[in-house]
Amino acid sequence: MFEAETSVYDSRRPPQPPEHHTRPTTERRWIKWLLIGMAVTFMLLVLVLPLVLVFVEAFRKGTEVYFKSFTDRSAIAAIQLTLLVAAIAVPMNLIFGVAASWCVARYDFKGKSFLITLIDLPFSISPVVSGMVYVLLFGAQSAIGPFLKAYDIEIVFAVPGIVLATMFVTFPFIARELIPLMQSQGNGDEEAAISLGATGWQTFWRVTVPNIKWGLLYGVLLCNARAMGEFGAVSVLSGHIRGKTNTMPLHIEILYNEYNFAGAFAVASLLAMLALVTLLLKTLLEFRYGDELAGTRRH
Amino acid sequence: MTRPSGNATTLRHPVRAGWSFAAPSVIPGFGLTLGYTVTYLSLIVLIPLAALFLKAFTLPLDQIVKLLSAPRTIHALQLSFGSSFIAALVNVVFGVIIAWVLVRYRFPGKRLLDAIVDLPFALPTAVAGIALSSLYAPKGWIGWLVSANGPLHLGWKIAYTPTGIVIALIFIGVPFVVRTVQPILEEFEQELEEAAATLGANRWQTITRVILPRLMPAIVTGFSLAFARAVGEYGSVIFIAGNLPNDSEIAPLLIIIKLEEFDQAGASVIAIAMLMISFLMLLVINLVQGWSRRRFGDV
Repeated sequence: MFEAETSVYDSRRPPQPPEHHTRPTTERRWIKWLLIGMAVTFMLLVLVLPLVLVFVEAFRKGTEVYFKSFTDRSAIAAIQLTLLVAAIAVPMNLIFGVAASWCVARYDFKGKSFLITLIDLPFSISPVVSGMVYVLLFGAQSAIGPFLKAYDIEIVFAVPGIVLATMFVTFPFIARELIPLMQSQGNGDEEAAISLGATGWQTFWRVTVPNIKWGLLYGVLLCNARAMGEFGAVSVLSGHIRGKTNTMPLHIEILYNEYNFAGAFAVASLLAMLALVTLLLKTLLEFRYGDELAGTRRH
Repeated sequence: MTRPSGNATTLRHPVRAGWSFAAPSVIPGFGLTLGYTVTYLSLIVLIPLAALFLKAFTLPLDQIVKLLSAPRTIHALQLSFGSSFIAALVNVVFGVIIAWVLVRYRFPGKRLLDAIVDLPFALPTAVAGIALSSLYAPKGWIGWLVSANGPLHLGWKIAYTPTGIVIALIFIGVPFVVRTVQPILEEFEQELEEAAATLGANRWQTITRVILPRLMPAIVTGFSLAFARAVGEYGSVIFIAGNLPNDSEIAPLLIIIKLEEFDQAGASVIAIAMLMISFLMLLVINLVQGWSRRRFGDV
């Protein structure tokens, strides 16, 4: 972006001013470097330092202790549960995201912007409240609580509750990425396919999916990072039973509160690596397929 | 909209006179996708949220008032909203600087800096929480530096105080302002700056009177996103907050405490109070937004 703009700018003024001269549309050198310094210092202090600390603390007692943390049964169970929850929640929200963006971007109907507002709703609700609503709905004190108990269906303080809470919290991610993308692409491709005799499904798989695949991947990436890392909502709904209803973030909390810092940071380092991989893939997608992602980068 | 083949008089989408719910389209799947979207949205988001409101209003009005006027509740709400406000302001200042530096300057490590901005989205909140807590604890890297025992003899306490809460919320809110201001700044026409310069404005005047007003809507949006996220934040805050009632207890934590005391109605009332205050503040922010659009022109 920056490079392109400068080159356009430069080509309009062929005689280049000397290097030390400040153009009226740029800042003085020392201001430029002061601003860069402020930005870099802020990001180092606020963002990078905590990340570095996670790995330093994880390896503080040596690699042996680090790898031993993962042989613990409850740690393995927590990792498995986190993977399971993400494996259910992400595809569910993926199907929803595609359906929602199809109907929002391809058609005009009454109440469309209201529907978009409702889809965004989970973003403006505290994770704690997102978890709590399921306790109210399915808990022992709720209207259907006794019914669930009679049939031995466990939702609250069990795995289904954790999955539901994760689905709630990650609900808008993929839809929010796809809706602006499909809106900006317009209906032309699909209309052409239909008019050439393709069925709806053929149009979807052969025209729409190739058009939106990178946006889809982008949304899945962000959705997955949140699904694996969700803490507040899951914390309300989990029974905090070791080896059974603890996801990785909850396991970290327990270890940390037991002053087992090496163990807590070892599990945390796995999630930090997940975050770094997510950022790397996200940056690669933006760099390589920026035109095929939504117009602006928003979350 | 006739069928491409077959009986030409058969209308696939009969054109109805007067009011219709959706504009006609050749692309199939409207009923399916809208039906799926609304059903899934209702099951996962709307019905559980309705349960929240139903639960809260099982309490008689005087008890709701009593609960909301309890000093502990008031303090928790004040702390949550106050610290979120301060954190979002800090995010605005540094967010604009970071966005400016990323768009306008070229320097080594810029792409890396750009990628790291999104770290708070990708890093699970519990990981951020234990990392920040360890960093700012009296024996942590930064905590020690600013403590009475440190080389600076400042005697500051950050972790386990309201200051710690603000630090955690600053961490969480970094990307919002940057990512809303950045695209606007990228599309900013530099001709306007040149015009200002030719009319005799110095660089400072150009920035404060030409560029910043145009960025204002994006800044306000970024502020409100960061603020809304911070108000509900739980995972990154509870580790660094002292969680003492009437001192460093945030509203989401109070909700969890109420739930653990089996006071679901009380928890719902506080949750709804939080939602209402957030909603009101966002409404005010939208009004300011509308005013600034009229004042400075639409962007």
